[in-house]
Amino acid sequence: MATSSSDNSTPKGEPWVWFTSLGLIIGLTMVAGLLGLVLINGFSVFWAPEVPTVKLKDGTQIVGQFVQRRVRSNSPASDPHYERQYQIGLRELNSTSYVWVDELNIADEKFVPETLGLERMENGPAFIIPKTIVDSTGKQHPFIVPNATVDSAGKFHPIYTTAFSLIRAEVDQATYIRERVLDINQNKIGVVNAEMEEARIALRRAEDRQEPTVELTDKIKTLDAKFSELKKEAEEISKLTALGHIEGIDAKGRSVTIPFAGIVRAWEPNHMTTMDRISLMFSRMREFLLDAPREANTEGGLMPAIFGTLVMTVFMSLLVTPVGVIAAIYLKEYAKDGAVLRVVRICVNNLAGVPSIVFGVFGLGFFVYVLGGTIDQLFFSDQLKYNNNTPVFGTGGLLWCSLTLALMTLPVVIVATEEALSAVPRGMREASLAAGASKWQTIRDILLPASAPGILTGVILAMARGAGEVAPLMIVGVVKLAPTLPIDGLAPFLHLDRKFMHLGFHIYDLGFQSPDSDAARPMVFATTLLLIILVVCLNLGAITIRNRLRARFKGAAF
Amino acid sequence: MSNARFQARPATDQTGRPDFISIKNFGFWYGEKKALKSMTLDIPERQVVAFIGPSGCGKSTLLRNLNRMNDLVDGIRHEGDIAIKGQSIYDPGLEVISLRRRVGMVFQKSNPFPKSIYENVVFALRVMGVKNRAVLDEACETSLRKAALWDEVKDRLNDNALGLSGGQMQRLCIARAIANRPEILLMDEPCSALDPIATGKIEELIHELKAQFTIVIVTHSMQQAARVSDRTAFFYLGELIEYDTTEKIFMNPGQAQTEAYISGRFG
Ligand SMILES: Nc1ncnc2c1ncn2[C@@H]1O[C@H](COP(=O)(O)OP(=O)(O)O)[C@@H](O)[C@H]1O
Ligand SMILES: [Mg+2]
Repeated sequence: MATSSSDNSTPKGEPWVWFTSLGLIIGLTMVAGLLGLVLINGFSVFWAPEVPTVKLKDGTQIVGQFVQRRVRSNSPASDPHYERQYQIGLRELNSTSYVWVDELNIADEKFVPETLGLERMENGPAFIIPKTIVDSTGKQHPFIVPNATVDSAGKFHPIYTTAFSLIRAEVDQATYIRERVLDINQNKIGVVNAEMEEARIALRRAEDRQEPTVELTDKIKTLDAKFSELKKEAEEISKLTALGHIEGIDAKGRSVTIPFAGIVRAWEPNHMTTMDRISLMFSRMREFLLDAPREANTEGGLMPAIFGTLVMTVFMSLLVTPVGVIAAIYLKEYAKDGAVLRVVRICVNNLAGVPSIVFGVFGLGFFVYVLGGTIDQLFFSDQLKYNNNTPVFGTGGLLWCSLTLALMTLPVVIVATEEALSAVPRGMREASLAAGASKWQTIRDILLPASAPGILTGVILAMARGAGEVAPLMIVGVVKLAPTLPIDGLAPFLHLDRKFMHLGFHIYDLGFQSPDSDAARPMVFATTLLLIILVVCLNLGAITIRNRLRARFKGAAF
Repeated sequence: MSNARFQARPATDQTGRPDFISIKNFGFWYGEKKALKSMTLDIPERQVVAFIGPSGCGKSTLLRNLNRMNDLVDGIRHEGDIAIKGQSIYDPGLEVISLRRRVGMVFQKSNPFPKSIYENVVFALRVMGVKNRAVLDEACETSLRKAALWDEVKDRLNDNALGLSGGQMQRLCIARAIANRPEILLMDEPCSALDPIATGKIEELIHELKAQFTIVIVTHSMQQAARVSDRTAFFYLGELIEYDTTEKIFMNPGQAQTEAYISGRFG
């Protein structure tokens, strides 16, 4: 055995081995290259490098994070010269937050220790030299630059440490308050709004039918009062941080005032240990996974998109599995072999080859307009009539997305299930029938459990395909920014009619629809990485379940 | 001569119905291929009948017709009739399922379900709709005892049946086949995949089971047929050549072909 396998790898006897392995190598290289590219580029979202102050030959200077270097387009090939891109942020002062600088124009580059990096809710990051820190009580703390940055023991001058811990404390407080305000605005006011909408519809209906409206107008009044009360509460709370801000100068010497209320994160790029950078990275990763996006999705987190993708994929699997399995059982066990069955099989297999956008169009035309429209007419006619014809199910949403993808992945499950059913040893089927079980009992008690691993393989493939699909979703319910999640605390908790965010669409939107594509680029990679990880995780989960099931059949020695 | 192969066996209870299973002018086709030529034989109640003959001669085909397992095959056709206790198994009023509940079957390859030992044994009761735990427990123990497996597995009834040894699995299949107390037990070469010790156990089992069941066993081992059966049927190329008491077949066969086969000249 051993000799024959080593013989196989020599080109003399088996040149095709080399040829086929070439295919594998090309494939692996491409996958590894893709993952590497995505990994390196995506990583830059989280890593905080040192931030140089770049003096240019014309006397101006910029402060910014280095992004990339490339050959200038008009430079000669024999003696290329380069230009560099820096992210300078501070969009309220600069026209763009990214600039290209010709390397020939750079006079000097140094790392000013007191440079402060700020991640903000709006207008991109800021890199400034702080001058005064005003805390939330209005007290001023001048930031004086000492003569010696580093003391004799190699430690940074205490003035930095004190100033930065003050800034951190203020940012933490501002963040806490921002979250409370957000909670009021989104959750509490959200509930009031939902009730208000219901009451308004009820009022319009009552008016229309000339029924008494006193109760409803009263209810709307109370809700209105509640609404203003909550608004006022939010305002009160935000006032707590209104005073605190940082005054400083930017690279061009312009003075800037940045309120703590708008700062998400502060760091000292030229002044951190590697541990500090790593902990900043984890803090950014946590935000990326758990928070909502900001700045037209180019910053902040992806939680709604991750959640939307997960919910949609799981819901799709829940739809496609029973339908696919039942269809396969019929085809395999009950349908009479013949021309009709063959045609059906061919159709099912060809369904798998139909471009996904076709399913999207079908989903829009049939699910959304026909099915959704009918549901609205039947069950939500009041809503339509008294709420400016706003459709509930007659527009894209989670249910239609899941259904569309379920339809698209149906052939995968059907084929896998049919194969799994055929693979059950004939003896088991016969033993069951010989014991007096009916055909259905045999299917339910013997065939289905025994083919569960194979069926799950099909579901895994379906999930992998569904989770990564974007094109059909764009027209049946995925949106760039959804105000709410498809599952939340409001009854009925799972909102099948809601539009939602999706990682795949997020990537498309960031990469190709974003006004500031430079700012979006790292996020595109980070999101891609996340989508890949998510699909891998979903698959790993399903594979684990399948292997558990398989282990139960492993003892079969015959 | 082949007398040496035949060993004396205890006398058999002759009070049962002599035509418990009655096969009359029965012929059978797989599509165009005629697998069984018209044959007639009666199988008496609570006796062991062995089907012997070279492979491909139609032993399994006849056996699988007794509980209509051949219905699973497309394009089959039969002539003549098979009756159990006088009732035709092809009677349109008789459901295949109820026939199979009266006729248990053990296959050549042991085929336990990938379930627990317990669930394997009570499967036939479960599909009949029995839910009472006490009834199931009782049936499980009785069947496993009858199949001489109880002592080996009583402490691990909830373990997966696929963890048993080959001989244990086959005895489990026997326990499963008798759990719902059928009247007839069909066995298609039940020992062909087993070692001599396991085979011995199963043969002993057949002796014991005979008190309650009418047993039809297909075997390619003439010693086995001689050891376990009361009557033997010899088939050749789809034809029933000779059917008589085992003693007669082995000591004094009426047909030259039978004699040639049992003395090992072909097959
Ligand atoms: N499912 C089937 N379809 C077609 N022919 C079959 C089938 N099963 C058995 N046969 C044929 O019928 C004949 C008898 O087979 P069988 O009863 O299995 O013989 P054996 O005596 O070895 O058990 C053989 O020629 C075999 O090829
Ligand atoms: Mg056979």
